[in-house]
Amino acid sequence: MPKLNMVQAINLALKEEMQRDKNVLLLGEDVGKDGGVFRVSEGLLEQFGPERIIDTPLAESGIVGAAIGMAVYGLRPVAEIQFMGFIYPALDQIFSHASRIRSRSRGRFTCPLVVRAPYGAGIKAPELHSESTEALFCHMPGIKVVVPSSPYNAKGLLLSSIRDPDPVIFLESTRLYRSIKEEVPEGEYSIPLGKARIVQEGKDVTLIAWGSMLQRALKAAEGIDADIIDLITLSPFDEEAIFKSVKKTGRVVIIHEAPKTCGFGAELSATIAEDAMLYLKAPIIRITGFDAVMPFSKLEDYYMPTAERIKKGIQEVMKY
Amino acid sequence: MVKNKKLIKTAVKKSVRLVRTQADSPRRATKKGINSIPAKTLKGLYETILRIRRFEEKIIEVYPAQDMKTPVHLCIGEEAIAAAVCIHLRKDDYIFSTHRSHGHSIAKGSDMKRMMAEFYGRKTGCSKGKGGSMHLCDPENGILGSTAIVGGGIPIAVGAGLASLMKGTDTVSVAFFGDGAMDEGTFHESMNFASLKKLPVIFLCENNFYATNSPQSARQPHDNIAMRAAGYGMPGVQVDGNDVVAVYEAAKEAVDRARAGGGPSLVECRTYRWKGHVGPDCDVEKGCRPRDEHEMWLKKCPVERTRKLLLENKIMSEKEMEKLLDNINKEMDEAVEFGRSSPFPDASELFDDVYYKG
Repeated sequence: MPKLNMVQAINLALKEEMQRDKNVLLLGEDVGKDGGVFRVSEGLLEQFGPERIIDTPLAESGIVGAAIGMAVYGLRPVAEIQFMGFIYPALDQIFSHASRIRSRSRGRFTCPLVVRAPYGAGIKAPELHSESTEALFCHMPGIKVVVPSSPYNAKGLLLSSIRDPDPVIFLESTRLYRSIKEEVPEGEYSIPLGKARIVQEGKDVTLIAWGSMLQRALKAAEGIDADIIDLITLSPFDEEAIFKSVKKTGRVVIIHEAPKTCGFGAELSATIAEDAMLYLKAPIIRITGFDAVMPFSKLEDYYMPTAERIKKGIQEVMKY
Repeated sequence: MVKNKKLIKTAVKKSVRLVRTQADSPRRATKKGINSIPAKTLKGLYETILRIRRFEEKIIEVYPAQDMKTPVHLCIGEEAIAAAVCIHLRKDDYIFSTHRSHGHSIAKGSDMKRMMAEFYGRKTGCSKGKGGSMHLCDPENGILGSTAIVGGGIPIAVGAGLASLMKGTDTVSVAFFGDGAMDEGTFHESMNFASLKKLPVIFLCENNFYATNSPQSARQPHDNIAMRAAGYGMPGVQVDGNDVVAVYEAAKEAVDRARAGGGPSLVECRTYRWKGHVGPDCDVEKGCRPRDEHEMWLKKCPVERTRKLLLENKIMSEKEMEKLLDNINKEMDEAVEFGRSSPFPDASELFDDVYYKG
């Protein structure tokens, strides 16, 4: 079985889905000849032609808007936004239209659309090129938010996202794009949306992470008897898996690279406090980025949660 | 994707010439145009215009009872445009509309009972009582669901156009918007992309010269919207939007061209809303618009003009018109009765259609 990095795994997923279903297409800035900023769509133009691999004008709202129109018409568009920070001009289309076409048409129209965007720090580019603002999308009913953490689950999750009848925001960590390789099978396998992945089982503490933070959580948990949950879908998130783990360990550390205030960790934390309070032995701790604009270069290292910071958090909850 | 390059080139050239010469005099109906439209079609246009007018007037009539709990954006004064555009469309052609969408829905064939029920927030409404007057949805008639975000529907119309090309169908999509949407970035993004890919899209601007209460002159450097088409290499035409035949001709040209693979067009229909931005009242009293301007436009009433046209050309008699009005009035009474007597949605429906439930 070939070992692939995440770029190759996503490329393979797109290729296989486009072969399987002629309604699947990719559109975005430079996705064709250039293969996208991170070369995720490399080679697809040659294979599928410019009618299905569409280079668009530099217009994020126009890209997502057009993709919505196509999705409603019965196609399965995948729209690529070059960086998560560039998605903001398209928020109007995502929030005001994509998320509510099903509701607005009372189920008679659907919007099976995937918006892919690289997210997070990792390539030492400032602010808008390193954003991790996934919580914005989780707040909006009607859309799903998926964040893969490895090449294997990136492929399986993208397959599920493309086939999903609702709009999906699919966030790909730039840090993970080429940093890890693993065996990725060819052909059909899909990973269901809304189900968390239990990466490691333990009894002392629950670590909840997603995307690139999973690697750091794993490192921090070395030598610790920890349950590690890779959320993979943030909206809707797998409450059941979280409660099951919390009831067992009684201690929770949530890790994300987004700023702390109103980050998705706040929602998880509140949900646990509401529904599993009596099982907790210690306060819930969040190890996150800071409430500052994503900094550049060396400061990025200070900003990002490190294995050491996560370890300290674990030690903190273990005091109880 | 480009099916007919010559068609596009000629149309653009023609439109640039046209727009230059008509800056202050939008295109009006020609005698030839009137003669070329079958009598049955003209009757149909009058019927739709009258139906829209009576629908809006019925809302004004019932609104004081305060049981219609939805903001309403009335299109009185603008009825000819919806009628004369939608008459060229098939059921499977998509329209994308705005907060001021009643006329478009009626002209595209929506059931008025279900529309009225929607305004009353009832379960039997076209959006199951969850949409109100601004989110009318009717998939069977190609109405995706109008939206209150100014300019928001335009890129979606472009996507539907692209999908129609990719699926090899000959459907077209029409984006209705007002002069306010010209201020939005989505207009530019959509015109650019649609022209680049020669998509079967009709950009239909109902220029009523106001965005809420801001006059076009306070928002845009000049008032000629059709002229902007030339910058995108797209045919653009400006017509008197209260002249049903002029709109009919311009829309026909644009729809035929789009269906034949000749790409998108911008059609600017100059018109005027008689009522305030929202609600059943006239805002002239509030000082929102000059009285003489309002009065000038009342004289250009699309219902009266169409009525006169049909009488003069002996297409309909006074008697036939009276009968038609009686029938339409009955329809309105039935629609209101249906709406008022329908049940409200259950609380359990709150979570329906947010996500796919299988």
